Amino acid sequence: MLDIKNLKVSIGGKTILKGISLHVKPGEIHAIMGPNGSGKSTLASVLAGREFAEVTEGTVTYMGKNLLDMSAEDRAKEGIFLGFQYPIEIPGVSMVNFMKTAVNEKRKHNGLDPLSASDFLKLMRDKKELVEIDSKLANRSVNEGFSGGEKKKNEIFQMAMLEPKLAILDETDSGLDIDALRIVANGVNKLKRPDNSFIVITHYQRLLDYIVPDVVHVLYDGRIVKTAGKELALELEAKGYDWIKKELENNVVS
Amino acid sequence: MNGVSELTEKYQNLYRDNIERISSISSPYINSFRGEAFERFSSMGIPTRKNEAYKYTNLNIFFDHDYNSYFMPQASDFLKAEEFRCDVTDLDAHGLVLLNGFYPTITDKLRQLPSGVWVGSLNEAAIKFPELIEKHYGKYAKSDTDGLVHLNTAMASDGVFVYVPGGVKLSKPVQVVNLVQSDEDMFNQHRNLIILEKDAEFSIIICDHTLSPKKFLTNAVTEVFVGENAHFDLIRVQNEHNAACKVTHTFIHQEKNSVTLSNNMTLHGGLIRNSTYHYLGGEHAETISCGLYLADKWQHVDNFVNVDHAFPNCTSNQLFKGVLDDMSTGAFNGRILVRPDAQGTLAYQKNNNILLTDDAKMDTKPQLEIFADDVKCSHGATVGQLDENALFYLRSRGINKREARLMLMFGFAHEVIQNIKIEALRERMDNLVMQRLRGELSRCASCVVKCG
Repeated sequence: MLDIKNLKVSIGGKTILKGISLHVKPGEIHAIMGPNGSGKSTLASVLAGREFAEVTEGTVTYMGKNLLDMSAEDRAKEGIFLGFQYPIEIPGVSMVNFMKTAVNEKRKHNGLDPLSASDFLKLMRDKKELVEIDSKLANRSVNEGFSGGEKKKNEIFQMAMLEPKLAILDETDSGLDIDALRIVANGVNKLKRPDNSFIVITHYQRLLDYIVPDVVHVLYDGRIVKTAGKELALELEAKGYDWIKKELENNVVS
Repeated sequence: MNGVSELTEKYQNLYRDNIERISSISSPYINSFRGEAFERFSSMGIPTRKNEAYKYTNLNIFFDHDYNSYFMPQASDFLKAEEFRCDVTDLDAHGLVLLNGFYPTITDKLRQLPSGVWVGSLNEAAIKFPELIEKHYGKYAKSDTDGLVHLNTAMASDGVFVYVPGGVKLSKPVQVVNLVQSDEDMFNQHRNLIILEKDAEFSIIICDHTLSPKKFLTNAVTEVFVGENAHFDLIRVQNEHNAACKVTHTFIHQEKNSVTLSNNMTLHGGLIRNSTYHYLGGEHAETISCGLYLADKWQHVDNFVNVDHAFPNCTSNQLFKGVLDDMSTGAFNGRILVRPDAQGTLAYQKNNNILLTDDAKMDTKPQLEIFADDVKCSHGATVGQLDENALFYLRSRGINKREARLMLMFGFAHEVIQNIKIEALRERMDNLVMQRLRGELSRCASCVVKCG
């Protein structure tokens, strides 16, 4: 599905990602954890195609294609979805119009006719139910005046509408109360299929109480310094990131 | 006269050469204003950029040109007006057409709508309703700075008249289609008078169109009286070609507890200048003054707003937004005057602009003059580009860059459109604005002018 090899990325001359390699297979959930400033969000943005960072080295192959050659919109049409840490408010653009355009662009890309108005509204209804979002949200402008939790739920709703092959959730859990967290996690679990994958970026372990990852990576100072099974998340929660830092320092010394 | 510019002199001569003819077809009361108005025009002249209110707009390019002036409608003109069908088809409205500033019918120049509302020719109304005309005509259109207002009073003889008697609520709006058509370059002036008595409710849509690809100059004055507790909406839709210049002066006088909306939607036009004057002449009067302007190529759009808080506890809210492409230019001048007695005033102003190119230019100037102390006023102006974060957000959902830009521009514009209460018109405006932003000409489908 996704194959990242020795990815190095810099922003304004400063190296943020210092050689990341990651392999995600269909059906897998990968969690990427790490302290603030370790490069988690940069990785997510680079994968989604944001043109703010320079890739200085390495390759990213997605479904056999060179991902780095593709525009943000083409990546989305090919099935990549980024759940934003800070979803953007867009006054004056209705959720309905936004989603209709996005869904139909993707259908066009796949050689399908646009959905009829009634089919589209039915799809909206079904997905709203699936991810348990308040149906009023869908009648408003994109994220405008939404609470922090509503914005995150709206990300999950958009993900449900677009049915991505690879969803990257960038700290979708941050700022959520326990109920909202459960709704977000349930959304992910319901959308999980053998042929799609998730990269869940999180600072805390608590989201992983609800979403069980196959693999957990620790990103620290632009590198993946540890990769293990889901038990790694628990260990991090118990010991904190200082444990990793110490272990790294010891490695350097020895 | 000494000190009069050559350009002003040209329009003085136009007056002198034609005043007899104009007066012969106009009502005596309207004629009684002409002499003094001409004197005032002569002393003020055609505004230049030295005039603070016209600092960012060069009128010369349109005023310094030889036009045929239009003073007298011909029978053949009326046929042309008949042929025109406006495209706001879903709109259930009482339609009126003005051709080159005149009400183009020979009979039935004034008609009464079911609820007792009168609509039709101002010139005709001046004869039929002398007491109404004497009470209101020329009472609100006043300016110590703008000679063009007086030029209009001196020479205009017809336009739209609307009278909404006390307590009458007209559910359907009146739509006025202002057509300009001629085989020669033409200058025209018209004059509208709208009267809403106490407790009346009324909406009017004024659509400006050019129908032939000639150079046109229009200088129009509209006076509106909004009686106590009355509700009035004015929506202007301006869609003219690049060789047309439209200068409008709208004076809205409000009595206490009245509520008004003025919305200037400028979709297309060579040079547009809208001056909107709001006089809040009674306690608890409220007004929303807004506008949207979309310009490209060499177009220029200037909105000048003057809100006069003359009484306590009134509210005004200005919202003007523009999207400027290519080397188009725009100007906004929003004045808020809070007089010494106008305690409890709430007055807000917002002007936001998006410049799509490095060559587009916007001048925006708030002007707050506050002489009362218990007042809440705010103003804000922005000139910027499309939000890169929002653009990426849309693109990350598979929406291509061009479409994403359009959606953002549309969203930006929609804040102004959503003030339109008539749903069919709001939807129609949404469509026209979207088409305009896509670069498809937003002229109405039945319009014959290919003015891209």
